[in-house]
Amino acid sequence: MSILSLIIKREFIAKVRNKSFIVMTFLSPLLFVGIAVFVGFLASMKADLKRIAIHDEGGNFVKEFVNDEEYAYYDLSKIDLQLVKDSVLGESYEGLIYIPKTDSLSTVQNQVQFISNDSPSMDYILDVEDIIANKITDYNYEKLAIDTARINLAKADVSIVLKKASGEETVKGLNEIKLFLGGIFGYLIMMFIVIYGNFVMRSVIEEKTNRIIEIIISSVKPFQLMMGKIIGNSLAGILQFLIWTVLGLILFFIFSTVFGMQMGAGSAVSAEAVAQANPSGFVEKLPLYINEFKQLPLFTLLFSFVIYFIGGFFLYSSFYAAIGAAVDNETDSQQFLLPIILPLILGVYIGFFTVLNDPHGTVATVFSIFPLTSPIVMLMRIPFGVPWWQLVLSMISLYATFFLVVWFAAKIYRVGILMYGKKPTWKELYKWMKY
Amino acid sequence: MSNILEVRNVVKKYGDYTALNNVSLSVPKGSIYGLLGPNGAGKTSLIRIINQITMPDSGEVFLDGEKLQPHHIQHIGYLPEERGLYKSMKVGEQCLYLAQLKGLSKQEAKKQLDFWFEKLGIQGWWNKKIEELSKGMAQKVQFVVTVLHKPKLLIFDEPFSGFDPVNANIIKDEILELKKQGSTIIFSTHRMESVEELCDHIALIHKSNKLIEGKLTDVKREFRTHHFEVGILTANVEGLMYDLTQNFTVNPADFKSLNDDLKLEIGLGTANPNELLSILTQRGQVTHFVEKIPTANEIFIKTVSQN
Repeated sequence: MSILSLIIKREFIAKVRNKSFIVMTFLSPLLFVGIAVFVGFLASMKADLKRIAIHDEGGNFVKEFVNDEEYAYYDLSKIDLQLVKDSVLGESYEGLIYIPKTDSLSTVQNQVQFISNDSPSMDYILDVEDIIANKITDYNYEKLAIDTARINLAKADVSIVLKKASGEETVKGLNEIKLFLGGIFGYLIMMFIVIYGNFVMRSVIEEKTNRIIEIIISSVKPFQLMMGKIIGNSLAGILQFLIWTVLGLILFFIFSTVFGMQMGAGSAVSAEAVAQANPSGFVEKLPLYINEFKQLPLFTLLFSFVIYFIGGFFLYSSFYAAIGAAVDNETDSQQFLLPIILPLILGVYIGFFTVLNDPHGTVATVFSIFPLTSPIVMLMRIPFGVPWWQLVLSMISLYATFFLVVWFAAKIYRVGILMYGKKPTWKELYKWMKY
Repeated sequence: MSNILEVRNVVKKYGDYTALNNVSLSVPKGSIYGLLGPNGAGKTSLIRIINQITMPDSGEVFLDGEKLQPHHIQHIGYLPEERGLYKSMKVGEQCLYLAQLKGLSKQEAKKQLDFWFEKLGIQGWWNKKIEELSKGMAQKVQFVVTVLHKPKLLIFDEPFSGFDPVNANIIKDEILELKKQGSTIIFSTHRMESVEELCDHIALIHKSNKLIEGKLTDVKREFRTHHFEVGILTANVEGLMYDLTQNFTVNPADFKSLNDDLKLEIGLGTANPNELLSILTQRGQVTHFVEKIPTANEIFIKTVSQN
């Protein structure tokens, strides 16, 4: 067995046998499901009923405010305004809608007040404005002798049909689906780099503090040891992801069997809701979605995921390995870690904000080729279709940088693992490269 | 006798600091070679170069007549001063791993391990983790790992530190046994009594330079001062002293003796010991007559403080 595969095997086994690995692997899916259930439970809880007082001096609007699950309205038009204001202050009511009496309803539109000690939600204020505006509009129509029924007849409801140049019909909201898909992959890579990069670093520090490092590198080249570590740890990570996928499928299966009834009922309700919200027919469009999904460059996406996963992880874990070699303990590593984590965070932000708005804009394009962010940003762009030359350029620059960084990291690593007791500075790291 | 290891004009710099300045060494096959020097002299730098952990800036190293190559690590066993093993790994697995890194097949490594574990009486440790062992026990495992692959050249950096006297003796016997089987041993230590006891060659490195190298007896001959310790029973002390001070430098001496004799240290200068002896025998009964041979410790201190 070659030296490298021996090291990979040891690193892999050491990682996988570790108690925290086992706990992480089997506990985090449960934790994930637990959090999901908890959030679902929180979301399904009813909000507290809010009491809103209405002082409508003209009495024209109060009937328009109908109680619902969140808001209960109380007509206090007959009570003195000051008293009502006091009871808002005394917090008997969340707020007070004050509509003064005017000569004509048309002139009231800018005089309505909402009095409250808390700041009301934006949505709610918009709702209240709509209610009052609708009433005034209706009044205006009447005053101008316009038949509202005819107006409703005249109103048009436009829904644009999206088509590609090839003539195939597409659907709205696709960008979100694409981003979601690319986002999952990009985010996975980032999480993996941060978690497993740290494992690589810790493993290097462990060998240093155990002082076994001198024995090992009197038998193998530091470069072999570093690569063995990176590959061994990434294999352990891939195993963990595989277990999570399998566990996820099993959990999904159990859930859908045990809670089949409830879920069935729930989905019926939501389908109804969807149908209501989208009267033009979501169900008819479903084949379009599926068709569109099939049209996504799934193969390219998966293939690129593997390429960027390996390239990105190897690139970043070389940084992590070099840092681990440079410091004596994890606390000292913080100053070096920040510059590594920054591009990762940048990648995720650019992915979620810039790519969605303009997947082929300059910013998105540049950062999908820049090697430190490309594994994240490019994966998010791929579902939107990326010219092949950009993909190739991005991959080449990623792997070229990887080889360059590994070379430098190996130099720092080689010197660093034998240095004790010194808290290194950036300047010193630079010096080590030249040893 | 041919040399198992030759270091030729090795220079190693770390930035502006010169760790080894044009150092050359020849380690004869089958010897126990003491590599001496104060802290920070450059011993560890040299050992690391021999182990190919670092590369020299210039100069060459030859192992058994061949220029040092990566595969040579299989023929070297190195016990660093700073000991360490994977704490949470089991003893057996760990030894197998380290042996395989040195190029042994799994079967061969297993065979050697069984042999050594039995020899040192540690068969029961196979499934223990290092963190469950005491420091001395871990040292034993470390020793096994160092010698397991039957290296031609063994490098021990302070091999006895951490051992109780009984175990230190066991390890010393094993080292002598390995020498008998043909291994060459480089022995870096500050404990001069073990240098005296074990080494037949020494080299002294100080401030990045090699100052002394050679057979321990040759080095001692070079450092001899021609001083003799003398014990004599005489009635006429003044007469004796007169005769002696005429020809030699005389100082009082202190050594253990069963007699109530006069103890002197006499520097011969260029004279022959027989001349001294004839004066002594004329004046009384000689009870003690020994040349003061410089100890390794004295040579070490003298050389280091002079430079």
